[in-house]
This record gives sequence, structure tokens and C-alpha cells, in this order.
Amino acid sequence: MKIAIASGKGGAGKTSVAASLARVWDAPLIAVDTDAEAPNLHLFLPPAIEKSCVSWLRVPGLDREKCVSCGKCRDICTYKAIASFAGKISIFQDMCHGCGGCFAVCHTGAITEDRRELGRLESGTVLEGSVRFLMGRTRIGESMTPPLLRQEHKALDEMLEAAPADALLDSPPGVSCPAVTVTRDADMILLVADPTPFGFHDFKLAHQAFLPLSKPVCAVINRAGAEGNEAGDEAVRAYCRENGLPLLAELPFERAAAEQYASGRLLADLSPEWRERFTALRDALRAEYARVKEADHA
Amino acid sequence: MREIVIISGKGGTGKTTVSAAFAHLAQNKIICDLDVDAPDLHILLAPDVRQTEPFISGNEAEIRQADCVHCGQCQKLCAFEAVSFDGSIYKVDPLRCEGCGVCVKLCPAQAIDFPEGHCGDWHVSDTRFGQMVHAQLFPGQENSGKLVGLLKTEARKRAREQKLETILCDGSPGVGCPVIASLSGATLAVGVVEPTPSGRHDFTRVADLCRHFRVPLAVIINKADLNPAEADAIEAMCAENGHALLGRLPFDPVVTQAMVRRQALTEFDNPVGNALKDMWSALQEMKTGREARTTTRIGE
Repeated sequence: MKIAIASGKGGAGKTSVAASLARVWDAPLIAVDTDAEAPNLHLFLPPAIEKSCVSWLRVPGLDREKCVSCGKCRDICTYKAIASFAGKISIFQDMCHGCGGCFAVCHTGAITEDRRELGRLESGTVLEGSVRFLMGRTRIGESMTPPLLRQEHKALDEMLEAAPADALLDSPPGVSCPAVTVTRDADMILLVADPTPFGFHDFKLAHQAFLPLSKPVCAVINRAGAEGNEAGDEAVRAYCRENGLPLLAELPFERAAAEQYASGRLLADLSPEWRERFTALRDALRAEYARVKEADHA
Repeated sequence: MREIVIISGKGGTGKTTVSAAFAHLAQNKIICDLDVDAPDLHILLAPDVRQTEPFISGNEAEIRQADCVHCGQCQKLCAFEAVSFDGSIYKVDPLRCEGCGVCVKLCPAQAIDFPEGHCGDWHVSDTRFGQMVHAQLFPGQENSGKLVGLLKTEARKRAREQKLETILCDGSPGVGCPVIASLSGATLAVGVVEPTPSGRHDFTRVADLCRHFRVPLAVIINKADLNPAEADAIEAMCAENGHALLGRLPFDPVVTQAMVRRQALTEFDNPVGNALKDMWSALQEMKTGREARTTTRIGE
């Protein structure tokens, strides 16, 4: 079971929920940080890194000797990564999306294999070796996140093949390509709802964005019961009820929890009550997944 | 003309809260919400939309089944694994298609259509703080960087026409495509950081990005009292790297309460709003990137 923990709004509590769920998970698990632009899971689950490798994008180089300036590579490139000036081809590797079109159309072999660094993929273990760990991290200045995320997902599948496990995917915020690239490969999506006006707005956006993926989606409210925001909590509950979105848990707003997070510690380690909240959420996730699977078969 | 962009790296640190306050305080400005993916500024500013335009960008491959000769060339060519074959037909998964058009151009039967995508809408609106340009990318769509670029072009055009001094932009989280587009041409970035391990980590990345694009960075430490030691560490980091520190804001329920009231923090009397007023004044004293560079050039 691969569960993507997503939110729409940043700062809703994705990483807090993912880290504390990993803490109480009682089956083989891989904790995966897919928020490659701003990865944080490793700060709460300090990993013992065993493998670190650069993630590359295949981009074109140019062999000027072989280039006949036919312009076919320029014409097929949608991303304006290939231009011609005064009959000479120029390649702007930073603009390349790695579609491979130029390789396919060049008949003289002038387009050569080159690569651009997208970022790094690192793997190892966390929580005294009990949980396997994988993270992606984009290179600063790299504008494209999805290709790195696709490679990360391949790496995850290899880890799962080597030894079956559940996977918790700490997902990127927002509802555009990085978030969808992660959630479309999950078996189930857990939306973390921040019940403030901003958080609720983005929560609804996320739900709408993920609906077409036809995955089971469920929700958890983070920071429920904040003074003066009772209506916000109720709005999330009502939305879940009206849209058949199972609301698995409500994590209360507490200054102690905010401080626990600010000091880099896990909410599940704050008190027995907090730990119980996460074991209950874990069990509810599993039950919800089993319920959906059963409904699928029926 | 100066162009200020509020950024953070990590989401949820208070970009929009700060943006709304500065939008209230700034004179002669146009407001721009560059978080086109999950925009929130309109929730506080209640824009009266004057103009809406479609954002048309990118294309999506669609195989015309009647003309498909099942050669499988499209599947072989697709670098994004967007083409699947179920034993009888080839299909393009729209969620995986990047719109590169390679399959369209190289299909031997010319059986692939490539319609343009309507990826979102953008608006020009009036608000109680002045004019605002903003957008909503449709859920799951790509090209957020292009839409950010479009909004900035529209904001600059209006600022020039109306002789406005400031373009005030609410940015998006992360360090990828939309943030890079937001920083392009900016004269000053304001980083809103929270003193948490994630906040500092992600801020370091966005500070590196600002250095990469040579945009000067001023810093606000939000929710500073949640971890004073971490706040000190962020201050030290700012001093070391030459980022101007605008000050600290407390972790205060009034921030959520203002949001619930749909108000900027500076619109009523409270300690956080008052601190934001001081920060905005401090910011007026700062030389922004383009001015600083111009000054140097004159001096040379």
C-alpha cells in the first residue's frame, strides 16, 4: 500500500503526519520524501544514508563536424531549447525537457548524448534501521521537478521489489505537476487539511485536482479547535461529509505541538495521547484501504 | 519601478499574510498573486473581477483511433511513458503527456491530434487596496512558470501605463519553475521564514536561489518565539550572507483571526500588524537590486 500524504496548501502538516505515522507504523515501511524542492522529512527522521546518486536528465549535445544545419532538431523542439543563428545550430540545455525528439530526427548523428543534473536521490534507513528511507532533492536553479520525481518513483519500485513494504509518500504542496506526478502513482491519498480560510480553500483545490485520478482519498484535519476558528473546522467536516471523503482523524491545535515541531521532534513522541492519535490514524488508514479494496471486488 | 516578491521555500510560513499587509500599506502599487497553483491572497482582498482571460498554453496529444495503424512508434518515442497499449488500442494518458509533440510530428499515419490546452484563467481586479492581477491554474495543469511570467508582464504593463512605483507579488512555495519565474526581473525578494528545522532548511535553498539569480533578499522571521534559538540561528545566517533582517513576528492567534475576518493584519490594531508596519517602513529605506545596480553604474 502506497499512501501519498498531500495537502494543497504548504505548511498544512504533511511532513509532521508522515514522520509520526512512520514512527508508529508496525509493518515493513519505506518513508519517502517526494517534496524534492523543499524536502523536510529527513529533518524529523534523521536518516543513515547508504546510497546517494545524482539524478540526470538526458539532453542533447552537438557534434558540429556532423551537423549539416538541416534544422530538423530545432523544428521538433517545443521548448525552444534548440535555435539556429546564421545557419548554425545552438543548444540551450537548461531549457530541455528531455523529450528526445531531436535524437529521433537527427539523421547525421550530430545530436550527441549529454546530460543535465536534476538533483540527487538518497536512500538509507531511519528510526534505528527499522524503516527504509528515500528522498529526492532538486538542484538549486533547476526548474523542472517532475523528471526527478519520476526517477524517484522508479527507485521506490525497485526498493519495494527487493523487499515488499508499505510506503508513505510525503508529497509536494500545490495541485500542479509535481503534486500530481506523485499522487497518480499512489494507491491512496491522505489529504492533510489546515482548517484556516487559506488552508480550506487549498484543501478543496487539492481534492478537485486528485478526483480525476480515481484513487481513494481520505482526510485528516490538522490544528483543529484553534480559538476563533471553530467555523473553519466545521467547514472542513461538512465538506468531507458532503463529498463522501472519509475524515479519519482530527489533530488538535496546541502550542506544545507547534513547539515540538519547531524543535524538530515528532508529534507522536510528545505524549501518550499524541502517540495514540497516530496509531489510531494508522489503523484507520489501513481499515479504509481494506474497505475500498473490498468495495472494488464487490 | 520596483518589483517586490514575497517568498519562503517552505509553504505555510506566512507569505500571503505578509503580502496582504504590505498590499495594504504600499502606495502607488499594483498587487500580483504569483501563487497560481494554490492562490490565497484573493480570500483576504475580495477582488472585484473586471477582466478574465483564458490561459492557453501547451498542447496534449490525442490519438485518433480511426486513423491509427498500430505501429507502436508513439509508444517507443515517448520519453514520458504517456502512451499505453492495452492489447487492442494505443492511448495517451493526459496526466503523463508533457505536450512535447514528438509523437504528433513523427507518427507515420499522422493519426495524432494536438489540441491546445486551456490550463487556467487570469484576472484583472479591483480591490480595496488597489488593482490586482491574479490567476488560477486548473487543477493538475502544467506551465505554472509561464502563467507566472504572463502575470508579471501584465502587471508591469499596467504599472508603466499608470505610472505606479511598486509591483507587489505574493510568491509560491518551493524553488522550482514558478518560483524561478517569480524571481525573474524582481528587484527585491522578501523571505518569510519560520524558526523550525524545515523552515530554515527550505529558506536556505530559496536564499541560494536568490543568489543564483542575483536578487537581493530581505528577511522576516515569523512565529519567532516558537523556537528562539532557531530564530537566532536564522539571524546569524542572514548577517553572514548579507541579507537585510526586517524583524521578528510572534506566533499569535490573531493571525488566524485576521484571516477569519478576511482582513490584513494592518487593518486593525494588534501587535503583529504593528510590527509589520515597522517592517514596511524599514523596507522603504532599503535599496532594491535594480536601484543599487544603477547607483553603482552611475558611480563608476
